[in-house]
Amino acid sequence: MSLSPDDVKRIARLARIEIDDSQALASQSQLNTIFDLIATMQAVDTQGIAPMAHAQEVYQRLRADSVTETDHHAAFQAIAPAVENGLYLVPKVIE
Amino acid sequence: MKWETVIGLEVHTQLATQSKIFSGSSTAFGASPNTQASAVDIALPGVLPVLNKGAVECAIKFALAIGATLNRINVFDRKNYFYPDLPKGYQISQLAKPIVEGGVLTFLVPSTGSGQPEERVINLTRAHMEEDAGKSLHEDFQGVTGIDLNRAGTPLLEIVSEPEMRSSAEAVAYARALHTLVTWIGICDGNMQEGSFRVDANVSVRPVGQAEFGTRREIKNLNSFRFLQQAIDYEVRWQIETLEDGGRIEQATVLFDPDTGETRMMRSKEDAHDYRYFPDPDLLPVKLDEDWIESVRAALPELPAAMQLRFQNDFGVSAYDAGLLTGSRALAEYFEAAARACGQGKLVANWVMGELSATLNKAELDIMQSPVSSRQLGALVARIQDGTLSGKLAKQVFEGLWEGAGEVDAIIEARGLKQMSDSGELEKIIDDVLAANQKSVEEFRSGKEKAFNALIGQVMKASKGKANPAQVNDLLKAKLQ
Repeated sequence: MSLSPDDVKRIARLARIEIDDSQALASQSQLNTIFDLIATMQAVDTQGIAPMAHAQEVYQRLRADSVTETDHHAAFQAIAPAVENGLYLVPKVIE
Repeated sequence: MKWETVIGLEVHTQLATQSKIFSGSSTAFGASPNTQASAVDIALPGVLPVLNKGAVECAIKFALAIGATLNRINVFDRKNYFYPDLPKGYQISQLAKPIVEGGVLTFLVPSTGSGQPEERVINLTRAHMEEDAGKSLHEDFQGVTGIDLNRAGTPLLEIVSEPEMRSSAEAVAYARALHTLVTWIGICDGNMQEGSFRVDANVSVRPVGQAEFGTRREIKNLNSFRFLQQAIDYEVRWQIETLEDGGRIEQATVLFDPDTGETRMMRSKEDAHDYRYFPDPDLLPVKLDEDWIESVRAALPELPAAMQLRFQNDFGVSAYDAGLLTGSRALAEYFEAAARACGQGKLVANWVMGELSATLNKAELDIMQSPVSSRQLGALVARIQDGTLSGKLAKQVFEGLWEGAGEVDAIIEARGLKQMSDSGELEKIIDDVLAANQKSVEEFRSGKEKAFNALIGQVMKASKGKANPAQVNDLLKAKLQ
C-alpha cells in the first residue's frame, strides 16, 4: 500500500492539520516508508506463535479511585471550532 | 410450524466508581456539559490512560459473585470506530483476554399461569471492562450535533450471556436478577433512567427441534425491563412472520422505538464495522494478585441466592417469597431486621410484600425511604401475634406509623385500637346485636348460612372493629345454638 499526495492532503484535512504541497510530499514519502516497514513485518510467518500483548514482562500500574481532575472546559473549548452551551458542535451525524 | 425463540443478552453496567476508568475525572451524573471531561477524556494529543483500581475491583467482585473464572492476566484492546462522541477514534475495551469468563446466574421465572415459578440457570460467556462514550445531542440544534463528553471514559462492565434464554419472560427475569446482583454487591447503582444499566438483546428463532441457531438480529440499548420485553416480543413475531411468508432473516442491528412498539433496522451485516481490534499499546496487561482477590472475596456481602435459602430455612417463607424479599439488598435487610425483631418471619413477609410495598409504591418511595422502620414493623407484627391487634386494627396502627404518630404501643393507646379481650363486654355487644337483628337470627336458624356472616359484620361494626373476629365467631355460634 502506498499513498498519493492527494491522500496525504485529505488525511491532513480530516485531522485539521494545515499542510502545504512541499510538506505533503515530504509526509508522503515518510508515511510510505512506514507502510513498507509494515509490509516487511507482515511477510513474517507467525503461524503457531502465541500473541503478545506487550513487549515487556511488566504489568499495568493502577491508580486509586479518586477524583483528581478539575473543570477546564473553557480552556479546551477555546480551540474548538464551534461550541454552544458548553457543548462541542459537530456536523450532524445520525446513524 | 412451531418456533423456538433463542435470546442472549449483553448488558452494559456503569461501574459505581468515583472517577473514570482511565482518568481522574468525576463520574457524577448530571453535571453541566463537558465540565467532567479532562484532557484524557477528550483525547488531547500526548495524554496516557492510567487504569482505575476501583473499576478492576468491581469486575473482581462480579466474577466472585457468579462463580466465574478471573483471568489473572487480562488485556485491554482498542476497538476502532469513528463517531464524534468517541474522541480518540477508538474505545478501550477487552476482546481476546477479558477479565471475567464463564460463571452462572440462577433465578426464578414467574409462571405465566397460576403454576409455581420455575428456576433457571443461565451460563455467562464473559464480562469485560471498557470505557463508555460521550453523548450526542441531535435534537437541540439545527443541522449540527452537540457533544457532551462527561460520560466519555465512565467505566463499564459489559456482561455477556450465552444464548440460553427461550422467551422474553426469561430474558426479563435474567436481566432483573443481574440488576439485583450488580446493585447488591455495590458495583453499579442500577439507575436505568440514567443509563447505568443498558441491555442489548440478540434474538433469533428456529423451528422446534432444529439444532442450529437461526440468524440473529441485535436490539440495541434497551433501558427498561418493559421495553426489553416489548422489543423481544415484537422482534420474535416479526421474524416468525417473515420466515413464514417465505422471507429470510438478515443479520442486523435494530433499534426499538417505544412510541410505536416496533423494532427498525439500524444497519445490516454488510455495513457492520470492522473494529480492527488490537492490544492497546498505551496500557500494559493487568495482573490480579491472589491477595487482592481474597481480600475482595472476604468483603463480599451474603449473596441473594444464599440469602433466599436462609430465609426459607430460618423464617419458613416460600421460595417465591424469598425471591421477592431479596429483590434488593435494602429490602432483604429490612425484612430480616423486622423478622428478627418479632420472630414472625412469615407474617412479616406478608406485611412487607403487602401493605408496606403497596403503600411505598403509592407514595413512589423505595424501601430505604420508608417512614415505617423495620423495628416498628417488627413491633407491629408482634402485637398482631400476641392478640393485641387484629389484622384490621393493625392496618390502622400502620397508618399511624406511616404518618409518624409515634411508636406502635403509643399509637394503640392514643387511638384506642386495642383489640377487645374482655369477653363480658363482647357478650353484651353480641346480645344487643342479636336483639336488634331478630330477622337475621331467624333466617340463620332456618338454615341461611349467609345470615350468620351478616351478624358477625354487625358485631364487628358495633365493637368499632376492635372485637377479635375469631372470638366473635365462637361466641356467636354458642349463643345461636
